[in-house]
Amino acid sequence: MIRFTDIYKAYDNGTKALKGISFQINDGEFVFLVGPSGSGKSTIIKLITAEVAPTDGRLMVNGYNLNTIRPRQVPYMRRTLGVIFQDFRLIEKKTVYDNLTFAMRAVGASPKEIRRRIQYVLELVGLEEKANRRPDELSGGEQQRVTIARALVNNPSMIIADEPTGNLDPQRSLEIMMLLEKINELGTTVLVVTHEKELVNRFSKRVIAIENGRIISDETGGYYDNETL
Amino acid sequence: MRHFNNLGYYIREGFFSIFTHGLMSFAAVCMIICCLLIMGSFSLVAVNLDEMLGRYEAENEFLAYIDDSYDQDQARALEEQIRAVPNVADATFVTDAEAMAEYAAKQEETELFQSLPDGVLRDRYRIHVSDLSKLEETVAAVEAIPGVTKTSSAPEIAEGFTVIRNIASGVAMILVAILLLISLFIITNTIKIATFNRRDEIAIMKMCGATNAFVRWPFVFEGMILGLVGSLLSYFFQWGIYDLIKRAVDNSDTMQLITVLPFELLSMRVLGVFLITGFIIGVGGSLMAIRKFLQV
Repeated sequence: MIRFTDIYKAYDNGTKALKGISFQINDGEFVFLVGPSGSGKSTIIKLITAEVAPTDGRLMVNGYNLNTIRPRQVPYMRRTLGVIFQDFRLIEKKTVYDNLTFAMRAVGASPKEIRRRIQYVLELVGLEEKANRRPDELSGGEQQRVTIARALVNNPSMIIADEPTGNLDPQRSLEIMMLLEKINELGTTVLVVTHEKELVNRFSKRVIAIENGRIISDETGGYYDNETL
Repeated sequence: MRHFNNLGYYIREGFFSIFTHGLMSFAAVCMIICCLLIMGSFSLVAVNLDEMLGRYEAENEFLAYIDDSYDQDQARALEEQIRAVPNVADATFVTDAEAMAEYAAKQEETELFQSLPDGVLRDRYRIHVSDLSKLEETVAAVEAIPGVTKTSSAPEIAEGFTVIRNIASGVAMILVAILLLISLFIITNTIKIATFNRRDEIAIMKMCGATNAFVRWPFVFEGMILGLVGSLLSYFFQWGIYDLIKRAVDNSDTMQLITVLPFELLSMRVLGVFLITGFIIGVGGSLMAIRKFLQV
């Protein structure tokens, strides 16, 4: 569960990225966070992953109070999250299997756990046949599936996808979004940050719209309407 | 427990990382070797000089000649005063007859001296000092005792040893400090390059929830391996160089005053110091290099 309560964020250069936003994402929800470039979407993700700290306001992520969290607790908070990036961020010299192993090893998983879990997530994302391929031997859609598998492999309670379809064609984008919907149906909370209107409107999900550091709409079963932004 | 699970991973990653930027690793090992060889060489010179000085001190004596007008009882009575002089370790009274016998025994034609009457030589004290560097003051203090007419000593040899030892120790300390800093700098940069090459991996690891310790350990092992390899190679080079010098000194006719200790006597100490120094440089350099990259 994520709860933003009157959060402000100003960077050292004076930029006021967030100006008092409040929202809550409950366990099991599927939420789109939409808005134009520079609206504050990336800052929200950075706040959730504890890359930056709020200037003011109260922020809770999966039971951790990020206002008072100690640096040594941050890795354990991050283990409750799975992050998907627009540019995939896969390790090119490692195979698909090794990329996933790498993520599980980072949290100290045993070899037995690693084998069992990777088998499961590769089947879930439909890449069990490509476990021994390297990222440069895969298509963009397949690479994004690997990053989804990597985000899932440590069994997080929430997936955060930052523009997951930004580098994909419409068909692959739809497939990725359907995969995220399937993951959500299996019980994982999903937060998708995007500015792809058609894709958002195709799924009848909760849509939080943000502009200029403020929330301008928050509707369940909502639409991403460019004209209102 | 988790760390033990990952020990193999840390060592493997650290080991392979050495070869992914082989040139820098090679430079780091060479620098460690240079540092340790210079440090080792100066330290071994200092140890040998110290040993020689100790031996010279143990052997060293000077003679204090007693006034001709003193009979033997009066001369013997001076022993207490001589022993009371600071830095006098021992004082042995030698009569004129004993002195002549000793002198004659050293000559090839002893019969020439047998007909000489007593009293040709003076009664004297053979005096040993504790600290050779204070020889001059001790001699002056003994000469100041009434009844002692003159002394014979060779303070310039003792001074020479002391000066060389002090210079060697001083230069070794300064050079070691400078070279340690340079080695630390090179190791730090080597690990920094390794860290920079893997910054994306580190960012992914951190985003997956890796602790700083998990990220840090492979780099620490890399630095440790470089440090220990450098120190082991230095040890063998040092051994070779030392033996070469020892053989040259032993075979030289002009350096008979100098004796060089066998390397076997010092080898364990040298190995220990090299390994500890290599370990500190390697691990310290890694920890300094990785610090910045952990702030994700």
